[in-house]
Amino acid sequence: MKSPALKTSRLILAVLVFVVITLSFIDFRNIIPDKWFTIILYLQFVPSVLNFMNMPALATAGFIFVLGLTLVTGRTYCSVLCPLGICQDIVSRIGGKFRRKFRKFGYGKPYIILRHLILALTLIVMLAGSVFLISLLDPYSIFGRTATYFFQPLVLLVNNLIAAVTSFFDNYVIFKVDFIKIPLAAYILPVLLLVLVTWLSFTRGRLYCNTLCPVGTFLGLISRVSFLRIRIEESHCTHCGLCAANCKASCIDFKNEDVDLSRCVTCFNCISVCPDNAVSYGFKKAAAVKETDEPDQAKRGFIGGMLALLALMPRILKAQDAPIPRKESTVPENRTSPVCPPGGISIDHFNTYCTACSLCVSACPNNVIIPSINEYGFSGIMQPRMDYHKGFCNFECIRCTEVCPSGALLPLVLEAKKLTQIGKVNFIKENCIVETEKTDCGACSEHCPTKAVQMVPYIGNLVIPEVNNEICVGCGACEYACPTKPFKAIFVDGNPVHQDAKKPDEEELKVKELDEFPF
Amino acid sequence: MKRRDFFIKSLGAGVAAGAAFSLGGYNKLWASGTAAATYDLVAVMGAEPDAMFDKGISALGGITNFVRKGQTVVIKPNIGWDRSPEMAANTNPLLIKRIVGHCIRAGADKVYVFDHTCHNWIKAYKNSGIEKAAKDAGAKIVPADTEKYYHEVDVPRASILKTAKVHELILESDVFINVPVLKHHSSTKMTATMKNLMGNVWDRGFWHSNNLHQCIADYATFEKKPTLNIIDCYRVMMRNGPQGVSVSDSVEMKAQIISTDMLAADTAAASMIKMSPEQIDYIPLANKKGIGRMDLENLNIHRIKM
Repeated sequence: MKSPALKTSRLILAVLVFVVITLSFIDFRNIIPDKWFTIILYLQFVPSVLNFMNMPALATAGFIFVLGLTLVTGRTYCSVLCPLGICQDIVSRIGGKFRRKFRKFGYGKPYIILRHLILALTLIVMLAGSVFLISLLDPYSIFGRTATYFFQPLVLLVNNLIAAVTSFFDNYVIFKVDFIKIPLAAYILPVLLLVLVTWLSFTRGRLYCNTLCPVGTFLGLISRVSFLRIRIEESHCTHCGLCAANCKASCIDFKNEDVDLSRCVTCFNCISVCPDNAVSYGFKKAAAVKETDEPDQAKRGFIGGMLALLALMPRILKAQDAPIPRKESTVPENRTSPVCPPGGISIDHFNTYCTACSLCVSACPNNVIIPSINEYGFSGIMQPRMDYHKGFCNFECIRCTEVCPSGALLPLVLEAKKLTQIGKVNFIKENCIVETEKTDCGACSEHCPTKAVQMVPYIGNLVIPEVNNEICVGCGACEYACPTKPFKAIFVDGNPVHQDAKKPDEEELKVKELDEFPF
Repeated sequence: MKRRDFFIKSLGAGVAAGAAFSLGGYNKLWASGTAAATYDLVAVMGAEPDAMFDKGISALGGITNFVRKGQTVVIKPNIGWDRSPEMAANTNPLLIKRIVGHCIRAGADKVYVFDHTCHNWIKAYKNSGIEKAAKDAGAKIVPADTEKYYHEVDVPRASILKTAKVHELILESDVFINVPVLKHHSSTKMTATMKNLMGNVWDRGFWHSNNLHQCIADYATFEKKPTLNIIDCYRVMMRNGPQGVSVSDSVEMKAQIISTDMLAADTAAASMIKMSPEQIDYIPLANKKGIGRMDLENLNIHRIKM
């Protein structure tokens, strides 16, 4: 096949996938139904592999389809399914607008040893039970972090600017949405990778995919022998070198009419640019002549946009509902374990399967899920945890468990989630307002959805918290609501292994029906 | 925003009344509304929330005694929690719908509904059923989750809460209708009219860490008092308040208390959940501040059974 339709279909599919996945990450109003995420992210390679390892089923077997697709068509995954790949194509194209040099690729070194070493290392570390390297390099997760920590805030900024204007006109269809309070240190990794991938693609096309990306290298092992492939017909070829110059993957050695299939991402640009009709995609031979010009659409402001993004990062965020303490609390919260989100089964399980794509972070309507720095240890960097100083887990919500594509957070039905104890409540009486000020407070108990925190009689008319860990689910509402500073008087300590909470008692209320006003 | 809007509208339309109100400040209005009421308190029992409101408000001379043509009205229900209506953690949506309806029929220019929720506001607005009910009746439902909607005001008669950041709709609207749901409350023992006003302010943490009861009584002295208070006692949470753990925490009382006097309404409400008002510290504290009347026996109370 030499039809320009090949490239057109690639473009259409890629744009579709890119838009849908990007929307999934910036959906701050939770418009996309929970259930759709499984479908949208079904074919993402690394999450699917992990999910399958954890729970082998058709529902988690997306990567097998990708393997089949690669065997038949080559690395189509990299061109139309990988959001980071598509993202790089966009960046690369913009790079080409800036400098001619950046759009003339030519045959590049294959870096065979380097890329296979990275793949081997990633696999070894993975087999040793750590997702550290794979989450660092997995293209989907890199894209996810970029979308969560840069795209979503940018969209929120625009949203909030619009909201500021529309609310002036008394219209609240678009409303202000709070930014997620991400610790600054959590930006280090996403920024480094963003800069690296952006620069590589800006100047060198798909160099990331063909050197660092373990998924690219792995699929390259299969695409080497794919049924369908890019071929150069010696009889037609005039060795003009246009194909190689336009090959983002730098995989065409036009002098020898050879295509490095392990690096080819089947973008079909070569077919479109060949004036001699010598490049084709198929089992073997080719025919028919056709020329197409690449559409020349300017994409400006890219560098400006990136700079704006970087400038946006250290956002100064005002605390929501910030309590003002009168006296400082004295006893530190003695947290022995971080709290991992519901559906995580255990910190062990969660750490084993989470690639830190950060979809749960961007999807959480309560902004309680925050990337960790070293709470899980260095290898767990960026794996999300619950931060109850920033928010609390809504009792009626299961969104994070539904969106997770890698099985790090397993789906929980709402009833099960309401009985899953992710941590236990601890009361520090010495910090409590009721104790220190001898005035009523009870913010913790108000916010507790199960009444694991009850107010019981104290001195005089005063009531003071009493905790019952049997029915505590560890949602952190008490901790969030507690107004003491800098240390909370009540906090949730993570359960290394999630446990079952008891259902709160539901005994009948014995209240006589009212037939007269009591006043 | 709305103030500006209101100026433009009232000037443009040349509505004499509207212009007078906007220039003369809101304070006179509250007084005029109060004066029109013949009873100090109306209590209704034995029907659906909307039907009880119809009866109750007509006993007070109809909503037109409180809402005039062209005015902007803000209704402040309790929408604190992401809980379904049968849990009775939030004000009954049917009641809100009917109140909005009355205001619109009285010719209110705009009717707003908001609460500074404790749970995620989008979920709370939606799952309480109030968003839909209010919109269906013609009200505008407004977010209150962002500090920029709140403006600092002085509370001169306060003992502790000397200043507070209050939602702009409370400050700018002509009529403020306070529609709490009666509930047991873990920290303050009961929530009704005065406690519901906590949802008008931004920094509730301050209240909690600085003598909650006194702050509640303090805020009740703020000049923008509710024109009208309607306590929803249709389903009443008797324990595990303010959000409840299960449906079994509440009972059906099928009652409603309407009054311009927050203290009288709360005193009556306390007896509905079998508590003495002295047990609820903010009630005697509010009494000391002269918010209203605690001596129900000396008030003109109209009791309606349906």
